[in-house]
Amino acid sequence: MIEVRNLHKAFGKGAKRVVAVDGVSFSARDGEITGLLGPNGAGKTTTLRCLYTLMQPDSGQVLVDGIDAAVDPVAVRRRLGVLPDARGLYKRLTARENIDYFARLHGIETQTMHQRREALADALEMRDILDRRTEGFSQGQRVKTAIARALVHDPKNVILDEPTNGLDVMSTRAMRGFLKSMKAEGRCVLFSSHIMQEVAALCDRIVVIARGRVVADESPDALRAQTGEANLEEAFVKLIGTDEGLAA
Amino acid sequence: MNSVITVFLKEVRENLRDRRTVINTLFTGPLIAPLLFVLMINVMVTRELNKAEAPLPLPVAGAQYAPNLIAALKQNNVEIKDAPADAERAVREQDADVVLRIDADFAKAWDKGEPAQVEVIFDSSRQDARGPTERLRKLLDAYGQRTGALRLLARGLSPIILKPLAVADRDQSTPQSRSGLMFGFLPYFFIIGVLIGGMALAIDTTAGERERQSLEPLLANPVPRWQILAGKLGATTAFAITTVALSILAFAVVGQFLPLQKIGMTLTLGARFVALTLFVMLPLAAMLAALQTLVAAFAKSYREAQTYLGLLNLVPIIPTLLLTILPIKTQTWMYAVPLLGQQVTILRLMRGDPVADSALLLCFACTAVAALLAALVTAKIYHSERLAISA
Repeated sequence: MIEVRNLHKAFGKGAKRVVAVDGVSFSARDGEITGLLGPNGAGKTTTLRCLYTLMQPDSGQVLVDGIDAAVDPVAVRRRLGVLPDARGLYKRLTARENIDYFARLHGIETQTMHQRREALADALEMRDILDRRTEGFSQGQRVKTAIARALVHDPKNVILDEPTNGLDVMSTRAMRGFLKSMKAEGRCVLFSSHIMQEVAALCDRIVVIARGRVVADESPDALRAQTGEANLEEAFVKLIGTDEGLAA
Repeated sequence: MNSVITVFLKEVRENLRDRRTVINTLFTGPLIAPLLFVLMINVMVTRELNKAEAPLPLPVAGAQYAPNLIAALKQNNVEIKDAPADAERAVREQDADVVLRIDADFAKAWDKGEPAQVEVIFDSSRQDARGPTERLRKLLDAYGQRTGALRLLARGLSPIILKPLAVADRDQSTPQSRSGLMFGFLPYFFIIGVLIGGMALAIDTTAGERERQSLEPLLANPVPRWQILAGKLGATTAFAITTVALSILAFAVVGQFLPLQKIGMTLTLGARFVALTLFVMLPLAAMLAALQTLVAAFAKSYREAQTYLGLLNLVPIIPTLLLTILPIKTQTWMYAVPLLGQQVTILRLMRGDPVADSALLLCFACTAVAALLAALVTAKIYHSERLAISA
């Protein structure tokens, strides 16, 4: 369970001041997939960075399973599996070593680490690349490895920043299947995207962000009803008031 | 604490797989500088030895005016040569180290017992011409004094009356202390070893990791940032110490083969030198690793970090130059200043001068405190939001 209450975050000072997040509130429930939808530059990544405590919000509150991120950031990070926008791997380490590094940083025991790693390797169909150094991995192989290391500690809450970015059709399909299986396991899945179809196909709940504010927070059906548009893409354009930064 | 070790082991393993880093740490860093140094010293020593023993070639203008003087010079291993047409020019253009010109009126003045003129033409700004010039002057002085003494005797006077003072030199330098002058730059080479050894990791673990976009996922782990930093600093320090330890060992071994005894110098490079030098270099390695990481954390990119760290490499030459140009007496406070303390300690150890245990501890403790401060400042930078965000 992830709760965000009235989040504010600005960068720079004086004339250069840019307000990235301007009063964002929403909840992502366990056993649901919540989509954070918005055009490029809407404040999605900044919101997510505040969630996994990389950044401190200027004001507002972030609660993960009831724990305040400002009070105990380490406990919050322990309950989160994070696939950030930046997903660089250590290219001189193998995929297995990359995953194990994060497992150890989570303080997981060796036995459990082996089990989790092997289970994830099967689920992500990456057994064949496990013992290769990640230098020269394809985009899809890199994302798989990054997801495996983000989930190796079996987190209850999963945050993914544009998880299908740069993936081909097959990898994207596999990713969607994986998100659904995490939902089936009862996890709270929160992901950001600027792609309509993806959000429509996956989400139980859609939070639409534009210019740092939440402009809608509904189920896909309710969203269509609210805007009076049968087509979700039209609904989206209507909500954010422009089609700027929108990609198919 | 486990997280610190995890980060440390991962950084060590990852960087051991980078051939360039390994070559820099285990080979270039520790070996090149001392080897170059030893080679340089070897060439210098050999040249000095050759100069003192070899015949001195000497172009002489007007040799025919003073056959006795020429004969005396020849007896003293001087090879008389024909003088170039323009002696001054030959010296200026380095065709000759030194030229002797004998006045046409030499014989006339000599016979009258008046001072007979000879000219020594040389260029005092030419380092390598100094030896031959000095040798020639000594020979001329000796010849003049001998002749003066003979003239006094001929007049029935004792030559002793020309020596109202009996000056005796009592040089307090030891063979070891004389070599100290020559080896003043050695501590700088050890310190450079530390910087080279730590540089790759300092950049790789901060600016490099940010540029490769792996810092943000790393910081999303439930580990306090200072622990991640501690692991990274530990790895950087370990590489720096490996480099300097190899460097000291290499020098201690190769230094044994320098022909220093021949020019009346010795070095003390035994186990004690190795152990104590390493002892004072340990906290310095930690301090420089923290400073390098700090600088690299400020840099926006890998290349920028490399540029900044290149400049940082020049800082330790300051105390070296200071001590070489202004050889001040060693005072206790010097041990308390990082870099200067190591410089002084290593020089004294090498010269075989005593270094008090308290001075060694002072040097270690003060540098360790400086290292801690540098690490704390770096930790502060590590907690800034800007650090993790690439681009």
